[in-house]
Amino acid sequence: MGVLDSREPKGPLANKWTNHKNEIDLVNPANKRNIDIIIVGTGLAGGSAAATLAELGYNVKTFCYQDSPRRAHSIAAQGGVNAAKNYQGDGDSVYRLFYDTVKGGDYRSRESNVYRLAEVSTNIIDQCVAQGVPFAREYGGLLDNRSFGGVLVSRTFYAKGQTGQQLLLGAYAAMNRQIQRGKIKSYTRHEMLDLVLVDGKARGIIARDLVSGKIERHSAHAVVLATGGYGNLFFLSTYCMGANVMAAWKAHKKGAFFANPCFTQIHPTCIPVSGDHQSKLTLMSESLRNDGRIWVPKRLEDAQAIREGKLKPTQLGEEERDYYLERRYPAFGNLVPRDVASRAAKERCDAGFGVNKTGEAVYLDFSAAIMRYGREKALTSGMKDVDDNTIRELGEKIVEAKYGNLFQMYEKIVDENPYKTPMMIYPAVHYTMGGLWVDYNLQTTIPGCYAAGEANFSDHGANRLGASALMQGLADGYFVLPYTIGDYLSDDIRTGPISTDSPEFDAAEKNVTDKLEKLMSGTGIHSVDYYHKKLGKIMWNKCGMSRNAKELKEAIKEIAELRKDFWENVKIPGRPDSKNQELEKAGRVADFLELGELFAKDALERNESCGGHFREEYQTPEGEALRDDENFKFVSAWEYKGEPSDAKLHKEDLVYENIKVKTRSYK
Amino acid sequence: MKLYLKIWRQKNASTKGQMVDYTLDGVESDMSFLEMLDILNEELISKGEEPVEFDHDCREGICGTCSLMINGRPHGPDSMITVCQLHMRSFNDGDEIVIEPWRAKAFPVIKDLIVDRTAFDRIQQAGGYISVNTSGRPVDANAIPIEKEMADKSFNAATCIGCGACVAACKNASAMLFTSAKVSQFALLPQGQVEAAERVENMVRQMDLEGFGNCTNTGACEIECPKGISLENIARMNREYLSASVKG
Ligand SMILES: Cc1cc2nc3c(=O)[nH]c(=O)nc-3n(C[C@H](O)[C@H](O)[C@H](O)COP(=O)(O)OP(=O)(O)OC[C@H]3O[C@@H](n4cnc5c(N)ncnc54)[C@H](O)[C@@H]3O)c2cc1C
Ligand code: SF4
Ligand code: FES
Repeated sequence: MGVLDSREPKGPLANKWTNHKNEIDLVNPANKRNIDIIIVGTGLAGGSAAATLAELGYNVKTFCYQDSPRRAHSIAAQGGVNAAKNYQGDGDSVYRLFYDTVKGGDYRSRESNVYRLAEVSTNIIDQCVAQGVPFAREYGGLLDNRSFGGVLVSRTFYAKGQTGQQLLLGAYAAMNRQIQRGKIKSYTRHEMLDLVLVDGKARGIIARDLVSGKIERHSAHAVVLATGGYGNLFFLSTYCMGANVMAAWKAHKKGAFFANPCFTQIHPTCIPVSGDHQSKLTLMSESLRNDGRIWVPKRLEDAQAIREGKLKPTQLGEEERDYYLERRYPAFGNLVPRDVASRAAKERCDAGFGVNKTGEAVYLDFSAAIMRYGREKALTSGMKDVDDNTIRELGEKIVEAKYGNLFQMYEKIVDENPYKTPMMIYPAVHYTMGGLWVDYNLQTTIPGCYAAGEANFSDHGANRLGASALMQGLADGYFVLPYTIGDYLSDDIRTGPISTDSPEFDAAEKNVTDKLEKLMSGTGIHSVDYYHKKLGKIMWNKCGMSRNAKELKEAIKEIAELRKDFWENVKIPGRPDSKNQELEKAGRVADFLELGELFAKDALERNESCGGHFREEYQTPEGEALRDDENFKFVSAWEYKGEPSDAKLHKEDLVYENIKVKTRSYK
Repeated sequence: MKLYLKIWRQKNASTKGQMVDYTLDGVESDMSFLEMLDILNEELISKGEEPVEFDHDCREGICGTCSLMINGRPHGPDSMITVCQLHMRSFNDGDEIVIEPWRAKAFPVIKDLIVDRTAFDRIQQAGGYISVNTSGRPVDANAIPIEKEMADKSFNAATCIGCGACVAACKNASAMLFTSAKVSQFALLPQGQVEAAERVENMVRQMDLEGFGNCTNTGACEIECPKGISLENIARMNREYLSASVKG
């Protein structure tokens, strides 16, 4: 081990995927019946993979910790899914989507993977429409599109602010069809606690039935991990409460390299933190940036007066506002990519212009859009001499039709009407570009262990553009894995069922029960949340939106100490042999406490700024990220060697043959 | 503020449950209802007691996991929201709050406030899909134009989050609103037409098998549904069902 073979096909970029598919080994349909595949995770990546592999004839077992596959975190995605359909005739193409994605990711993703993603993106929309996903449509009955941060074309397909829900229900329906046919066996309220290797190959998992507490063995010829991202290690994030790194981390400990752990996306438009009790942060879809203008007051006194409640934002005139994105990035304005928008907000707030009590918020203002839409509506409906109030009302209706559920969500949380007063937003942890290292076939460094969706590292580089996580999850599950996994499984047609009665399963199960016992045996003093919150604070303060060597070194030390304290002093009530949510959380936080350290180590190692990774020591005089392509144009892939501090770095050099690597500019 | 909580505690499906009283101080008005329970649980854990288990995940009103009866109403006193979107500003200092799990025969209690809603999954497995292959190459998406009004109606039905509040609100524990939303989503789209009759028959059959009650048109489901799923869907499902059985 140690050599990272990406298995990128040779030949011209545009033909790589087709050629690869032609050369890949196939499994005869009759033999597929004799092959079992475990899929952990039923979000967009896992759900779509399960449905498709079952349809092809494999026997699939799916696992998720929720009570239904339909509740996977993908359900929460709001804004949309990209595809290079060029339905709007605005110059979009597969190449342009590929180019935007590689550039948006700050040239830290693998060219061939991204090109394939752009290539199959168009199929995704066809597929989902055929399944009955109710995308937004224009009056003529054709599909509608909108635009997202970091690009200048409208290629995002959406279903109001609930795109993830509708796409996931599509994949879930496809799964249901296969469950009904008996080709998928769905294990809900089950958590994977370890990966089992036999002769160096992934051959099964150890899972815990979260209701009975029973430890179970499940075997298969291959294991797919589609378990989502690990952003929850920050405690406060836009992730669902149960999001975790457990499955990926256990695979890492068994030999799967973990790639780019420090690449984390901070999303610019979230509802700001309001107090210490807070358990999670809520995202306001980026699509709002199409119509909302972002600003802070120009004068420090005004910002202060607003913070003290003496001044209202609506009292400030145009010339008293600083539309800082439009000022700094005239070409893209409010639509700059997320990393750029997030840092710009932090910069203004750090300089004292923040507008909420804690000084960590900027405005997202819809008044101009409301009036613009209102005027248009008045004109097109032949209304003459209408007053401003009527125009505003007309405009509000149009904005409501576009973003109604988001505005409602905001009002419920903040208790302010965003139609009347600008929203307050602040960046929050939202997506992890890092994950298990995979080759072109989505196989990890463990033979037979695959990773799909947010759980792998492959397509987004150092920053993910909006609406492309859903695209990647579905591409992996519907269109990539079903081919590439066959290449591996074609060697397994004579293997027969894998027994769970082997020393390897015994050892893995013992490992799991020992760990559970150890967690439960503590006579501890602190709850799991106590540790999770402490870890989150270290991560946000020292490994968050900007990083420096000194603080990263501190973080590494502090996390190691916190981990030690956790294992000595955590307190978990109840028993392991029944439903026990504290125990579930404890297992997840235990892994975060290891990953957190590797995360900081990775960030410390990368002496450059790129995408979501901003090292204060490496910036241009204007405060923009300063990449070092000469020394860091690689994927960092970490090999487990015991303690996170011992992890060994492997580098996959990134080669750009079809794109000229340039400085990213959105000016 | 200070609150007096009465919470249903039940070890598992086979033991009897009971209401237990808790007093909780220091609740702030901008906490969510679930954050209030988090704080209660922190207190219980520090006292060495077992925390109250409740289901939740996204905490932003979309996954449909959270499910609490609060003072006799599914998802609590506000309308058009889930429990995770309910904030403590809807309550007053000194309030007594009764918190129970969903009550329905088809939703057995798993522990404390958590119930088993897999009956909903089985209803969908019975036919809540369009039988199109995912590994094939479907036609171009824009080759199936759909009238905007129909697309919007289908979307509205599709926004059901499968939370089960409709069942919990219904005096008969009927699952008609949920099932009809699923049936309607597909019935309104051209892609879903081909197998419409079979779909509605199978889903309704499964719904009955699961032990949900009958619909007596009381409308409590619509009032408590966090996503505004309309009774129109029940009417549509009934029409679909009738024409399917006539054809059948
Ligand atoms: C609020 C929000 C809005 C977003 N909006 C957009 C958007 O508009 N466009 C876009 O492209 N992307 C968006 N994203 C990102 C996108 O939703 C996610 O990246 C994507 O859905 C991840 O899908 P997935 O299938 O990889 O994982 P998930 O959907 O997270 O699924 C993970 C699955 O793994 C299971 N699991 C995890 N660990 C275990 C374990 N140990 N054992 C068993 N099961 C396990 C879970 O039960 C779940 O089924 C958004 C994200 C958020 C949070
Ligand atoms: S119909 Fe409404 S109340 Fe019933 S499950 Fe769906 S969203 Fe919940
Ligand atoms: S926790 Fe997801 S809807 Fe409430």
